Amino acid sequence: MGAASSVSQARIAAFDEMRAEDGIRAAYAEIDRWLRATPRERLDAKRREAELLFRRIGITFAVYGEGGDPERLIPFDIIPRIIARSEWERMALGLSQRVRALNAFLADVYGKQEILRAGRIPAALVLENEGYRAEMVGIAPPGGVFTHVAGIDMVRTGPDEFYVLEDNCRTPSGVSYMLENREAMLRLFPNLCAQHRVAPVGRYPEELLETLKAVAPARAGAEPCVVLLTPGPYNSAYYEHCFLADEMGIEVVEGADLCVDDDVVYMRTTAGPRRVDVIYRRIDDEFLDPKAFRPDSLVGVPGLMAAYRAGNVALANAPGAGIADDKAVYPYVPEMVRFYLGEEPLLANVPTYLCDRDEDRRYVLANLDKLVVKLAKGSGGYGMMIGPHATRDVREEFRARILARPGDYIAQPTLALSTCPTVVEQGIAPRHVDLRPFVLSGREIRIVPGGLTRVAIREGSLVVNSSQGGGTKDTWILEDEGPGEAGFRSQSQSSQSQSQSAAG
Amino acid sequence: MLSRTADNLFWLARYTERAGNVARGLGVASRMAAVSARLGAEVDEWRSLLTASGEDASFYRKYEAPTADSVVHWLIFDPDNASGILPCIEAARRNARAVRTALTVDMWEALNDTWNHLRALPPEAMEGEKLADFLGWVRERVTLFNGAAHDTMLRNEAWRFVHLGTMLERADNTARLLDVKHHLLTAEAEGAVDYVQWQAVLRSVSALRSYQWIYRDRLNPRRIAELMILRPELPRSLMACLAEVAETLDAIALGQGGRRGECHRLAGTLQAQLRYGRIDAIMEEGLHAFLTIMIERVAALGGEIDAFYIRH
Repeated sequence: MGAASSVSQARIAAFDEMRAEDGIRAAYAEIDRWLRATPRERLDAKRREAELLFRRIGITFAVYGEGGDPERLIPFDIIPRIIARSEWERMALGLSQRVRALNAFLADVYGKQEILRAGRIPAALVLENEGYRAEMVGIAPPGGVFTHVAGIDMVRTGPDEFYVLEDNCRTPSGVSYMLENREAMLRLFPNLCAQHRVAPVGRYPEELLETLKAVAPARAGAEPCVVLLTPGPYNSAYYEHCFLADEMGIEVVEGADLCVDDDVVYMRTTAGPRRVDVIYRRIDDEFLDPKAFRPDSLVGVPGLMAAYRAGNVALANAPGAGIADDKAVYPYVPEMVRFYLGEEPLLANVPTYLCDRDEDRRYVLANLDKLVVKLAKGSGGYGMMIGPHATRDVREEFRARILARPGDYIAQPTLALSTCPTVVEQGIAPRHVDLRPFVLSGREIRIVPGGLTRVAIREGSLVVNSSQGGGTKDTWILEDEGPGEAGFRSQSQSSQSQSQSAAG
Repeated sequence: MLSRTADNLFWLARYTERAGNVARGLGVASRMAAVSARLGAEVDEWRSLLTASGEDASFYRKYEAPTADSVVHWLIFDPDNASGILPCIEAARRNARAVRTALTVDMWEALNDTWNHLRALPPEAMEGEKLADFLGWVRERVTLFNGAAHDTMLRNEAWRFVHLGTMLERADNTARLLDVKHHLLTAEAEGAVDYVQWQAVLRSVSALRSYQWIYRDRLNPRRIAELMILRPELPRSLMACLAEVAETLDAIALGQGGRRGECHRLAGTLQAQLRYGRIDAIMEEGLHAFLTIMIERVAALGGEIDAFYIRH
């Protein structure tokens, strides 16, 4: 999973999503009652049951080359995170707006480059960025959509303060956890679920399939052949690839299952070659096609880019979409919203200092103990420094690194991420969370209410990435503000059984 | 269906079936070893079991002689034996994991639970006095998997490749088991040891009771061979397994508008040969010669299926 999260000083009071100063917030009323009524042993038993469930279904993420069990579980916290409907609706509007702007930006930088000519974003920042793919110049994918599946990482710092921490426009993962976490909650706590009117998330795969079909080449007709391209079982998100394909009823293919003949993509089937129209690819750009990108890629499909350029196949997300989620481009996203949509951004950015700019760099170097410093190209929470938590030595090391390669670093103020009640060793305690909603863009924008909540299990930690020991929670968008009646009544019907002969 | 998926399904089923067959064979051999020791006979159960497994050459590269300990170790844990129980379950699960989407939840859980349990099991729990229980458990797990496949899979191509794998592996296993005992089934000896051996042969395909149901008579080598080669009623007979293979290949061809290849011809020939074969003719020709050809043809059929559907 991509995002590196921001950080706060453990001592700074973070916004507690359940407890206000004057009591429990309305959306959490039922959760609070449940937590108080449930003895610790029962929560522990349920936690173990959840782990067994995940292990049994095989919901693991693969970590190879680090020793230990290569198939690990992401810790699942059984206390759901609640977001009120009104809060969600505002966020969803903002997400939709932001993703429309990101797609417009991508179409523009690979097309007329108006935003660069208007001087609203420095041309060099885009054109000399390694996320920019010159191969994409002049290609106009159907509907002008480049990032069909975007994961926008949101953090909260107050009752009305939501920030976008980062955009993920390439191949964001984690949506399977959003779906499986809900399944797990329904199995573990049917009553608790029934006491809330939780917006369902189960239709995500359908929405994704509709989105993918909508961007098929015109030639494909009403029933385009859609496949999911995976790097294979050794990829950390392999479970998710299979899960999504299964839910959509499409094939999971590896590079070797596809071949390109005369700029047309085929998959090898038991009945011979079959033409492929849309590829939901979960392989990074560089590995997609050894003829176009890295020649040493073993997981790609030779000739795929030529077929794409010829308009014979759709790729979701489009190659080169990464330029929109570059951390150095991120500060300009509000500007994109204004430039392309003529609207004011609904979602706020975290103030970001680009170390490449002299003024920003001076500020960053003078405030290393207060800021979070991140690699502009990094992900997964690697290569970052949380100033308030860092030792003097580490800060000095980062100072030297920033001076040596300023373009590689950005910095942001340390945010006090909001907290949610979480089951930990000592009992139930607040832990910092973020949220990754998934935004689908085809002919229209679709957002399933909710997303993946990631939680930093370690006390005071602000790093929620699964690669850094973060866990997940089910995220409940409540249909109304309070608990209500839900219809989970079972129908009673006696079943037939073999007739017994009378004794005697 | 994706060729790779078909390949994974086919081998998933073959490896699972193989694990069950090895467990069945080991169970019978350890029982035999105990019985023949009591009878004071010089029967080398472990050697013949090893030969039947088809992996004896690599065994002798590692071990000096087929003793109870070495064969049990080799057929259960040894990572160098791809046909051992643990490596088979590993391989089956690896194949399953690669095609999660083509499996039903019940199949996946049957296999994944087996794998999770196995990898947590200490070696002591599979040896000595625990051996019989362990082997029984493996057979149960394989039966569960087969039942899950049979009960929950859509009858589409995915099911057909799974079934093909199970049946081809089963045919191969029956032919091999019978072949290593062929010398006992030709001589008309009637000693106590032979009788026990015949029982063991039948037990190794779970057919001792079936024999009684069909023939209602004392064990007799000719009938044992007939039952295991030609009788369609016995689900592990060569006839039964290869008829399933031929029918399944036909069903795949029908689903693809009649597309056929060498694998269909070969399967049809094998099926006809068994269907119209007579046990007297087979015994006259020589059981060993007949079974050797069968084993080769079943292997060739596997190769042709691969060539036609997978690596085209």
